[in-house]
Amino acid sequence: MADKLLFDRIDEPGLDTIEVYKRRGGYQQLERALRMTPEEVLQNLLDSGLRGRGGAGFAMGKKVSFLPRGGMDKYLVCNADESEPGTFKDRELMQKSPHMLIEGMVIAAYAAGANRSFIYIRGEYELQAMKLEAALIEAREAGYLGEDILGSGHSQTLYLHRGAGAYICGEETGLLDSLEGKRGNPRLKPPFPANQGLYQGPTLINNVETLATVPHIIRMSGTEYAKLGVENSAGTKLISISGNVQRPGNYEIELGMKARDIIYGLAGGPEPGREIKFWFPGGSSSPVLKPEDLDRGYDFDSMARAGSMLGSGAIIVVDDSNSVVDVALTLAKFYRHESCGKCTPCREGTNWTVKMLERIHAGDATPMDLDIIASVQDQIMGNCLCVLGDAMAMPLSSMVAKFRDEFEQYIEDKRAAAGLGEIPEPTPIEIAGAAA
Amino acid sequence: MAEQSSAVARYGHGSRIPGWDDSVDLSKDPAVVPDPATTPVPDELRAQIEAAMAKYPNFRSAAIPALHAAQDLHGWCSPTAIEQAACVMRLTPGYLTAVATFYDMFETKPVGRQRVYVCTNISCSLRGGKEMLEAVKAAAGDDPDLNVRGFECLGACDIAPMASVNGEFVGPLEPADAEQLIADLKEGREVLPDKQLSRRACADPGARSDG
Ligand SMILES: Cc1cc2nc3c(=O)[nH]c(=O)nc-3n(C[C@H](O)[C@H](O)[C@H](O)COP(=O)(O)O)c2cc1C
Ligand code: SF4
Ligand code: FES
Repeated sequence: MADKLLFDRIDEPGLDTIEVYKRRGGYQQLERALRMTPEEVLQNLLDSGLRGRGGAGFAMGKKVSFLPRGGMDKYLVCNADESEPGTFKDRELMQKSPHMLIEGMVIAAYAAGANRSFIYIRGEYELQAMKLEAALIEAREAGYLGEDILGSGHSQTLYLHRGAGAYICGEETGLLDSLEGKRGNPRLKPPFPANQGLYQGPTLINNVETLATVPHIIRMSGTEYAKLGVENSAGTKLISISGNVQRPGNYEIELGMKARDIIYGLAGGPEPGREIKFWFPGGSSSPVLKPEDLDRGYDFDSMARAGSMLGSGAIIVVDDSNSVVDVALTLAKFYRHESCGKCTPCREGTNWTVKMLERIHAGDATPMDLDIIASVQDQIMGNCLCVLGDAMAMPLSSMVAKFRDEFEQYIEDKRAAAGLGEIPEPTPIEIAGAAA
Repeated sequence: MAEQSSAVARYGHGSRIPGWDDSVDLSKDPAVVPDPATTPVPDELRAQIEAAMAKYPNFRSAAIPALHAAQDLHGWCSPTAIEQAACVMRLTPGYLTAVATFYDMFETKPVGRQRVYVCTNISCSLRGGKEMLEAVKAAAGDDPDLNVRGFECLGACDIAPMASVNGEFVGPLEPADAEQLIADLKEGREVLPDKQLSRRACADPGARSDG
């Protein structure tokens, strides 16, 4: 097991102050990076193989290299919206080691040639916002932010922006609109933020964990960092584990570790006497996996091969005391609530899905409703402006497909309990004008 | 035409949106940016909003910070709160209302000042979050000073089921904690001190400082 990078002695008292952070070697990587050329810093990011930790897993170095060169106003935005159900890793990092994020942001901005930067933090993270605000004041006083940082010629402003409660503002273009003071509706892509982002300027957007990893890449060098983890999944990753496990929490692992060792080894597995029914490997938006997938490695490629995704690195474990129908309903209600309403398949599809699941819950459904639910998910997928629609459709269709028997049993039991009796034979519907 | 479901409230012409078939009231003046001469704005609120506007290349970015500040002062995004923020930002109240209605933390109806958000999302509901919300609601009764709401995932599923009490995250909660939580809140004490997330160590044994 690799040593901890991000979580190394994370609970050390005072680590949120610049004094302790510097005593531990903090901001030395910034000094080092500023002695390199931006191209050299970028090369390290490319070499590291670091993939985005916010959900999509896009190579960070590559994203930086997409920004146009030249003297125009460019922006760096840190995505600290962290609203994907099951995800809480950025929270611990920002609260306990805010300077690590700031150091990473200055290095990344230097590589990207960005002079204005923002951290967009979800409004509910009030303690974390306070810690970051205090750390920003310290960093400005110490000359790590501002004009001509450490005599390098690189200047940068960095401000904290608090959101106000909207999952969709984690989607990068929804975030940009929200940061511009509008409703957080996602934008049509392309143009991608690297070309036209904040205030129409080239913008680099990265997750908190991605940016906090940057100082470690500079310290180790990109090629050394790339040796951690497995192919296509370099480095360490913060994992948030929650649900039916005995030791929920954040853990830092080397990518490629067996899922079983994470869920049972680190988090203690479900309560004694309980079995895992299914688990979300990458937040509530990832298709669910069954216990037989536990022996796979926890990395980008292995999760994709299993038909799911690593997502934000949030594992939610559901044990056999829970009904899959209840979980599906909770999930669908969340996406209905958070759909921004801009496109029809998502706005209406999330609503229909909730209504049909409620019908199942009320004992007023037939197995045909399961086919309709599945077909609604099919019509959402790939037909929306952003992936929030897909983020409901993917896990939901995986639940219906993998637990069809349980859904049917549930429908039958509920019908019986409601006194509705046997499921009627489906009667073909006559449609006027249609050929018989 | 198919018969309409009776479960959904419908207005004229079958629409679910009231007023869509009313014509625009042409006798009304269009919404204007509030006049500073006739819109008194408390100095502190003005200073907060102006400081926020100065942080961004485009002042409009301060819409959310301005609404946070106005809501903190007035308790909710009341017409007065919106008007004052709009006056300082030189925007129409309609613009800020449109923004405020998008975000869950902005209250568009009068509510109690003490916020209790109980998470009912997936990880919390696996551990009794929905029952917790009922218990907290029951303990709160109809105290007008309390604003108890079910909330989506608050990013603290490690202490599920959890709640955010005026921004302080507490958990893991049991239904029996509800009375204590509300009592602490009403009497101005720290809420459930030993369940506060801010005092919790990282779960990862490899992260411990003695290492
Ligand atoms: C609905 C939705 C919500 C998202 N929420 C977040 C979030 O809370 N935090 C985050 O970092 N990325 C989130 N993302 C992913 C971002 O769009 C974007 O890919 C990410 O911030 C890029 O950073 P990275 O490359 O460092 O991962 C979300 C995406 C979608 C579609
Ligand atoms: S997919 Fe949903 S959340 Fe995304 S833009 Fe469309 S309506 Fe909005
Ligand atoms: S599900 Fe309740 S805090 Fe995440």
